[in-house]
Amino acid sequence: MLTLNAIHSYYGQIHALKGVSFTVEKGEIVTLIGSNGAGKTTTLNTISGLIKPRSGEILFEGQRIDNLAPHEIAKRGISQSPEGRKIFGRMTVRENLEMGAFNRKDQAGIRHDLAQILELFPRLRERFNQSGGTLSGGEQQMLAIGRALMSRPRILTLDEPSMGLAPILVAQIFKIICDINQQGTTILLIEQNAQMALSIATRGYVLETGQIVLQGPAKDLLASPQVRKAYLGG
Amino acid sequence: MKTELRTALRIGLLGGLVASHICLVGMLETFAKRNLIGDYLSMGYLLLLTLFLFVGYKATQVAQKAATGLLCAIIAGGITGASLSDLVFLTQNFQLREIFAHASPALVKLLTLGQSKSLGLLIPIVSGISWSLFGGFFALLPKLWRRVLLNTLLLTLLLGLLRDILNSLLPGDFGKTLFTSSGLTYIGAGSSLFCGGILIWAFLTYREQQKLKPETSESRNSPLQKLLFSLLILFLLTFPLWSKSFLSNVADSVGLYIIMGLGLNLVVGFAGMLDLGFVAFYAIGAYTMAVLTSPSGIFHFSFWQALPFSMLIAMSGGIILGLPILRMRGDYLAIATLGFGEIIRILVISDFLKPYLGGAQGITNIGKPEIAQFTFKNPEHFYYLILIGCLIAWFIASRLKKSRLGRAWMAIREDEDVAQAMGINRVTTKLTAFAIGALFGGLSGAIFASMVDSVVPKSFDLLISINVLALIIVGGIGSLPGVLVGAVVLVGLPELLREFQEYRLLVYGAVLVTMMLYRPEGLWPEVTLQHILHKTAQPEFPVRPLPTPEKK
Ligand SMILES: Nc1ncnc2c1ncn2[C@@H]1O[C@H](COP(=O)(O)OP(=O)(O)OP(=O)(O)O)[C@@H](O)[C@H]1O
Ligand SMILES: [Mg+2]
Repeated sequence: MLTLNAIHSYYGQIHALKGVSFTVEKGEIVTLIGSNGAGKTTTLNTISGLIKPRSGEILFEGQRIDNLAPHEIAKRGISQSPEGRKIFGRMTVRENLEMGAFNRKDQAGIRHDLAQILELFPRLRERFNQSGGTLSGGEQQMLAIGRALMSRPRILTLDEPSMGLAPILVAQIFKIICDINQQGTTILLIEQNAQMALSIATRGYVLETGQIVLQGPAKDLLASPQVRKAYLGG
Repeated sequence: MKTELRTALRIGLLGGLVASHICLVGMLETFAKRNLIGDYLSMGYLLLLTLFLFVGYKATQVAQKAATGLLCAIIAGGITGASLSDLVFLTQNFQLREIFAHASPALVKLLTLGQSKSLGLLIPIVSGISWSLFGGFFALLPKLWRRVLLNTLLLTLLLGLLRDILNSLLPGDFGKTLFTSSGLTYIGAGSSLFCGGILIWAFLTYREQQKLKPETSESRNSPLQKLLFSLLILFLLTFPLWSKSFLSNVADSVGLYIIMGLGLNLVVGFAGMLDLGFVAFYAIGAYTMAVLTSPSGIFHFSFWQALPFSMLIAMSGGIILGLPILRMRGDYLAIATLGFGEIIRILVISDFLKPYLGGAQGITNIGKPEIAQFTFKNPEHFYYLILIGCLIAWFIASRLKKSRLGRAWMAIREDEDVAQAMGINRVTTKLTAFAIGALFGGLSGAIFASMVDSVVPKSFDLLISINVLALIIVGGIGSLPGVLVGAVVLVGLPELLREFQEYRLLVYGAVLVTMMLYRPEGLWPEVTLQHILHKTAQPEFPVRPLPTPEKK
């Protein structure tokens, strides 16, 4: 469904991605793990077009998207819940969610999805008319995921959804990610929390200083001594 | 106790510094020339009085207990007063005038109420202490009373300042009982305090009760509101008929600024792009109108033929400015737009374009709007044209705000990257903001050119950009009613207080700093409007667009 082929991305002189290649198949949860500064966020931003790769190609459902503008990529069905949440602080929860459906015209479908997302995150229903900036960190994370879902994406990319959350909330969020996946949305999950990420993923990739160093079914990665040593503390 | 006294000391010294500053820059003397209430309370005294009250209020507010608070108020007020006495003493005994031109016998007379030396020195201290005490008592009042009192005093002040407008509304004899030649009579002030107080008290209690009730759509459009709204419309429609010509002139500039403000608000308030060169579009609109209609040119268009061109060319200007700076954010954007404003002004003065734009002399004899046989000539006529312009601009801006495009602007304002990832086209979204904003600027400029009959480069300097931006900020960034309030406060009021021209920028600066400290969201912030428009519930926490700085 989504394929990256030898992607090289730069920030000026800094060579952040050095030939990253991976694929995400329809219906999967694929996770990309790696330590700080490995290039995970850069990978996501390259997929969504916010950073243009200098070489390599990105294919989405068989078509090249690496030369498209970010909003066109979004229209094809790639949706992002960005790192650090980045919700629209001066808009209400409602308006944030509606922004997620910016390019949709099917009012009935939007209403249906909105109801479903509020079902998924009851906290958001309670805070429906509160402005986004006054939500707690966890609530903001829920909002960011909800907003990304509102576009009814073919593939949902999540950048560290567990960042800064209490363990119980992390478990909740991961459960919800599984639910979303069960309902048919393909998921690309970026995480520091390798244990959690690998336990719900179908396959995983390990990124280190801009390169994929390890890949395989999530179960195998969980068991692999290399991963255990580097990310799971032994 | 100790820290409280130290705070009182600091407030008193700060107050003294401000008071001496007011005196030494000559503000007191100039302001003393206008009597606001009766023939005794001048604006100069009012200024000092407000300062004393504020010093007392602040000193009491920080204290824990009422008695300590009042003691602090006495100390702070005493120090502020003493610094004025000090100033009097220095002025009397040393040649202060060589450095401070305003440290004159006239100033001494004002500060000592004309009393002899030793008694005169006591007067500032005594009045400082007593007024600060009042300020202290004020701080101790319950919140409702405080708001009633404050609003009543502000109302009375406003009535005095707006004497010119109000007096022409009243029949002669009645007007004479309420208004002097420069402000309110004692009767006028008394009745304003009394009636205003009761009205404001009733209004505030009513609103408190309303807040407790669940909101319904009927309570939104109460008959009272409808009545007030109709009165406002009537006032606006008949304004030039009963007011003096110079007031129409003031209203015209307010209106032109409102149109510009609504335009810039799209760019700065909605789309979040700081534009410091807005005057460029005003200038383009004005010069287009001038070139196309002036008999010395080659086009000889009528006003109505030229108007669309003014707007379209200004709009193209917006797009041309927008293209290169699409990728810029924040500070860089501000500097680039600042440059654009200057480029236009310099182009207009340049020798290169002199044959077409008239260089420093500008262009005169600009076409006037005509409808059938009627020609718009004087400020009263233009008032109606500008009013219509404002209404159209308002209509467009309010529609845009609720539109898809408006939401895209706001998303871009909040976070450009995320907005793009939500499927918003950054290029077209930003460019339309610039283009429509510029179009409003062009409209305003075109009417301005026709109204004053001539355009010269001098009319289009940076100060206009700053004014428009300041009025948006004071009104409440992103808020449409805020633009109106901001324009009236920052453009209208100063025009009515022309005698204080030299202190205009000083007061301007003080107002902006105070606003940013105490009311950063503006006079009529956006959230209230949002609740009115969307009929949404009050959020559980007050939403402030900008955080108020922490006090230590
Ligand atoms: N705007 C930028 N300008 C220059 N260098 C950048 C920029 N953003 C990221 N980098 C660099 O690119 C590399 C990869 O950064 P990236 O944000 O993709 O890391 P990450 O894997 O998401 O890390 P983390 O888990 O800490 O979020 C880092 O070395 C970082 O310093
Ligand atoms: Mg990251």
